[in-house]
Amino acid sequence: MPVIIKNQKVISDTYTFYSSYTSGDVLAERSIIPIDDFLANPTQFEQHSGSLGVWLDSHHEPEVLSSYIHQLAVIAINFPSFTDGRGYSIARVLRERLGYQGELRAVGDILHDQLFYLKRCGFDAFKLHAEKDPEEALRGLNAFSISYQGASDHPQPLFRRRLH
Amino acid sequence: MYKYDAYDKTIVAERVAQFRDQTQRYLEGKLTDAEFLPLRLQNGLYIQRFAPMLRVAIPYGMVSAKQIRKLAEISRQFDKGYVHFSTRQNVQYNWPKLEKVPDILAELATVEMHAIQTSGNCIRNTTTDQFAGVAADELVDPRPYCEIIRQWSTFHPEFAYLPRKFKIAINGAKQDRAAVQVHDIGLHAQQNDQGELGFRVLVGGGLGRTPMIGTEICDFLPERHLLTYLEAILRVYNRYGRRDNKYKARIKILVKALGADAFRAKVEAEWQHLKDGPQTLTEAEVTRISQHFSSPDYADLPVENTQLQQDLQQDPNFRHWYERNVTAHKVPGYAIATLSLKATAQAPGDASDQQLEAAADLAEQFSFGEIRVSHQQNLVLADVQQDHLYTLWQEALRFGFATPNIGLLTDVICCPGGDFCALANAKSLPIAEAIQRRFDDLDYLHDIGDLDLNISGCMNACGHHHVGHIGILGVDKKGAEFYQVQLGGSAYNDASLGKILGPSFARDVMPDVITSIIDVYLAHRTSEELFIDTYRRIGIQPFKDRVYASNN
Repeated sequence: MPVIIKNQKVISDTYTFYSSYTSGDVLAERSIIPIDDFLANPTQFEQHSGSLGVWLDSHHEPEVLSSYIHQLAVIAINFPSFTDGRGYSIARVLRERLGYQGELRAVGDILHDQLFYLKRCGFDAFKLHAEKDPEEALRGLNAFSISYQGASDHPQPLFRRRLH
Repeated sequence: MYKYDAYDKTIVAERVAQFRDQTQRYLEGKLTDAEFLPLRLQNGLYIQRFAPMLRVAIPYGMVSAKQIRKLAEISRQFDKGYVHFSTRQNVQYNWPKLEKVPDILAELATVEMHAIQTSGNCIRNTTTDQFAGVAADELVDPRPYCEIIRQWSTFHPEFAYLPRKFKIAINGAKQDRAAVQVHDIGLHAQQNDQGELGFRVLVGGGLGRTPMIGTEICDFLPERHLLTYLEAILRVYNRYGRRDNKYKARIKILVKALGADAFRAKVEAEWQHLKDGPQTLTEAEVTRISQHFSSPDYADLPVENTQLQQDLQQDPNFRHWYERNVTAHKVPGYAIATLSLKATAQAPGDASDQQLEAAADLAEQFSFGEIRVSHQQNLVLADVQQDHLYTLWQEALRFGFATPNIGLLTDVICCPGGDFCALANAKSLPIAEAIQRRFDDLDYLHDIGDLDLNISGCMNACGHHHVGHIGILGVDKKGAEFYQVQLGGSAYNDASLGKILGPSFARDVMPDVITSIIDVYLAHRTSEELFIDTYRRIGIQPFKDRVYASNN
């Protein structure tokens, strides 16, 4: 069973991830489909009885999802390479501007040492490549106990929170 | 200067632990070279030609005597007993062992220093005027804003994997000594007509392969909006900057591709979402940070110092040094003294462990225990009593710091070049030395006057050759090292990019080439003209004619 990191724990990944979706295909109960296939005909998924999510690549504009934020159980953002940092901005726009509150999942080339930053930008679920040890990667979530600047996890910067 | 509190100490200590763990995992084979690369770079660690190179941050160039002594100690314990000060006010070790770097970082942390974000595709050390807070021509002290930006940018979670590196510079004086027009973001701190503090914002300046002068996108950004506006610029860049080609990935390429107006519109649109949000600066925060940069306890001194006047009259060598290495201070009776790291045959910007310790002693004896690093790679004692200058000069002489050449041809800005750097096409240090040897006559050098000679060993332009009045670029011609000459660059208020003189030259003729260029200047100048003025008046052709007639 594939696993993800969610809420600081390694748990089973209950979603089926579609790298492409053809209209009319029967979806699994819990599915994550490509954003372009979703946007091609969003109404067709209204009848889906289970949980539906979409995934974006780093070149996608998260703003196109603004009308659908509340019907999506998962939004996954793919990191084609861990050095491609666009996903961090996409996540913050989804959380802080579009008010997305569902599961925000980082998928693709994500590593132990990026988890802290990803978490701060609003990701709460992480699917590492199969060969990476998720238990060890958990440590990366809490690399720092304090941050200067505000972000999705703590919008207030340190200078508005400091005790002295 | 800024002193760490418990928060700062915790953050730096956690970074040391994090990097120790990353290094350990790399050595155990759990991290690949490619995975470790950005992690080590964001800690300033390069793998160089002969050994790793560790770049340590000197935030906006401010360093204490205690910190300088620690740098000296580390150079002895972990390196070869010297350091190199860079054009971004940082300091570099050329011979550390990779497995010892976590120990070095732990040592640095004991004196509130680190190597955070000194390299990599992230927001780098914010640089400023080396005379900040003391310059007679200052309008606003930029250092509190540098520190505010340092804290905001440190481990900024959204901007750790930008398309490319990102450099911010702030200037707060009439004269731009921070080269803000050739930074990714350049900020001019100023007051508007209502006495409100704010910034003129430039974006998209830079050197490297595609040199450009920055474009203004905001003529007055009120102080409180500083961080939200920077965040808007960085978000636009992070989302839309090119990632397909590292040579086209800097923000200047995005600004050029979109055009300044479209880029500004995108930033403004993004900013509407961030403006007045939680990152908006509070008066309390600006006050809290500014208190770290309050003036030291200056003595009440007369404007004219009779002792100094006597010393100047009696000792022409001291006078030479005073004319070039001493700058006006805003407080009566004080002066700013620059210790030159540009003695002939010393690699520009290098300092031995003994020199570091001497500099620390001099800082404590003469300048409230603080030192600044200039982007011209010299050290500055910012608060010296004028009647102490003569004694300071004598001490500086003993330690090889007193070369009276600040702002002159031999005050070369120079990258480490092919002697150290894996990127270089050609050596830069031997060129600097050969030119310094050629121009060793002080009277002649002083007669030539203000002239910036900048040398880079490759087109990455760490030696800022595009903005040297004379710029030299090392190039590779079928495996041989050649040198291209540019004229007419400037990094100041009148910023401009140099023009290429013509075909490149072999190393051994470079002193002759520079001599020919100087001869043309001396033949054409009017009594008031500096090199750059004459060049701008007569153009490049007379230089071209002379140089290629003599050196072909």
